[in-house]
Amino acid sequence: MAVGAEVPALDATVPTTPVAGYWTSVWRRLRRDPVAIAAALVLIAIVLMAIFAPYVAPADPYRSSMLRRLRPMGTPGFPLGSDELGRDMLTRLIYGARLSLFMGVTPVVLAFGIGSAIGIFAGYLGGRINTLVMRTIDVFYAFPSVLLAVALSGALGAGLGNAMLSLTIVFIPPIARVAEAVTTQMRSRDFVEAARASGAGALTIIRVHILGNVLGPIFVYATSLISVSMILASGLSFLGLGTRPPDPEWGLMLNTLRTAIYVQPWVAALPGLMIFITSISFNMLSDGLRSAMDVKQ
Amino acid sequence: MFLTLVRRVVYTIPILFGVSLVCFALVHIAPGDPLSSVLPPDASVDLQRMLRTIYGFDRSYPEQFGLWLWRAVQGDLGTSIASGRPVTLEVMKAVANTLRLAVVATAIGFFFGSLFGFVAGYFRDSLVDKAASGLAVLGVSVPHYWLGMVLVIVFSSQLGWLPATGAGPGGSDEWAWDWEHFSHMLLPALTMSVIPMGIVARTVRALVADILSQDFVTGLRAKGLTEVGVFRHVVKNAAPTALAVMGLQLGYLLGGSILIETVFSWPGTGFLLNSAIFQRDLPLLQGTILVLALFFVVLNLAVDVLQSALDPRVQRS
Repeated sequence: MAVGAEVPALDATVPTTPVAGYWTSVWRRLRRDPVAIAAALVLIAIVLMAIFAPYVAPADPYRSSMLRRLRPMGTPGFPLGSDELGRDMLTRLIYGARLSLFMGVTPVVLAFGIGSAIGIFAGYLGGRINTLVMRTIDVFYAFPSVLLAVALSGALGAGLGNAMLSLTIVFIPPIARVAEAVTTQMRSRDFVEAARASGAGALTIIRVHILGNVLGPIFVYATSLISVSMILASGLSFLGLGTRPPDPEWGLMLNTLRTAIYVQPWVAALPGLMIFITSISFNMLSDGLRSAMDVKQ
Repeated sequence: MFLTLVRRVVYTIPILFGVSLVCFALVHIAPGDPLSSVLPPDASVDLQRMLRTIYGFDRSYPEQFGLWLWRAVQGDLGTSIASGRPVTLEVMKAVANTLRLAVVATAIGFFFGSLFGFVAGYFRDSLVDKAASGLAVLGVSVPHYWLGMVLVIVFSSQLGWLPATGAGPGGSDEWAWDWEHFSHMLLPALTMSVIPMGIVARTVRALVADILSQDFVTGLRAKGLTEVGVFRHVVKNAAPTALAVMGLQLGYLLGGSILIETVFSWPGTGFLLNSAIFQRDLPLLQGTILVLALFFVVLNLAVDVLQSALDPRVQRS
């Protein structure tokens, strides 16, 4: 349009009520999804349980008793039975939420930060840098995630920090790949071209024009990884590569109770049930979030 | 077609190189002396030096990598520190066991997964669809090592129908065509099949729903083709993608069986990996991971090539 050309006057009857923002509409759609809401409530309950463990738990998670080992569920004083060292199962399951959630969620959060940064820069810069970064990421794709997690934490040595570091490394490539794909799409859009033509620098364009448009899809993808991360984190503890005894962690509890499956089978299976409930809730919430945010898979 | 094949193979070479570099680097990010597990604490300096030379730890990293890669290409992955046997031999024996488990699990998973997926895709938003979709979510959310334990509790400890651990009677780790060996495989294979079942069901459901909504299906029906005839077209269109997903799942199971193998004491690669880690047997760890990753890469390649052969629409850039 030539400078000075007639601009049609704005319609005077523009709605004066503020238009609901993007997140408000996402929340409205999510609220109508009963499955996602149920999952969110379960997760909130588990998180509250983890935070307030000392106030909720009926006993001390470390106090063992040689005389009261492997009691069945419903024993007075042990509502969910006791473990192989006579510790209260209910208490340890409540405390276990702390480490299990921490070990499962932290790697995804870290990988979300690092992977998005790598993917967005590679996608925005394009060219050789992009090729180099994406080929490196392809190499990590050549390892199934379980194998990579076990190999890395096995090589680094057992421990909470190493297990979380390995999982972070496992989740960076897939997040970076998604980030790169959405950024590449966004880069060729007109408004980015316009910003570039008007002299904006790369960092400014990424901050102002790209981030707001790509973080949503990357975020949804990252939430879908939390369930995998929970299973893998507890799996590493299950193998003896994560937390160390006597710390209460669901995967580790499952491991130490493995020998008890012939004595108190259902007590021994409880920690796994907790992992299952948490992981399926994360999955369902993530599915709900995906359709509420209208992100294509 | 031939050109595509060549291009895919050439593209795989740098990935293979990268994979071997990662496997090699794994040993060197490991803290501590790699020989600490074989050397007695009071080993003389001479003995230490000798072993270091034998295992090649006295050379520079690029030199070590070059030598390791050169030998690996020839099929020599070094000697296991713990058992003193060639790594290649140990890994291949374990791979055979894991492969057997993974193939059976993938077959079960693919069969039930596509069954659920087809039903769900055909009757969208019906009760069957909801049940199938729910089952798919369960399949990907369940911690499979726990599922394995639950199956052992139900079928071994409570009912006493099936053996809980091992690959055969009396700790046998070879396959034989008899009920004993088959019954040992049943629980681990069933546990493992849950993962591909969920993913295949999800994929097939989306595929079938998409195909059924396309114009050509309406055309076929308008032409008067029977439902069976239409179904044949749907299968033909869904097959390449579904098979590709199945192939990738087989790869994931091969590399990801460690947790299930630990639960069932199955003498496969996961079991080997586990002992390599806890005995700090670095050549064995390196070799096992390399072989599994190679399998995965080659499987990916095969799936890609097969998919473009089956489906002319898949044109790779």
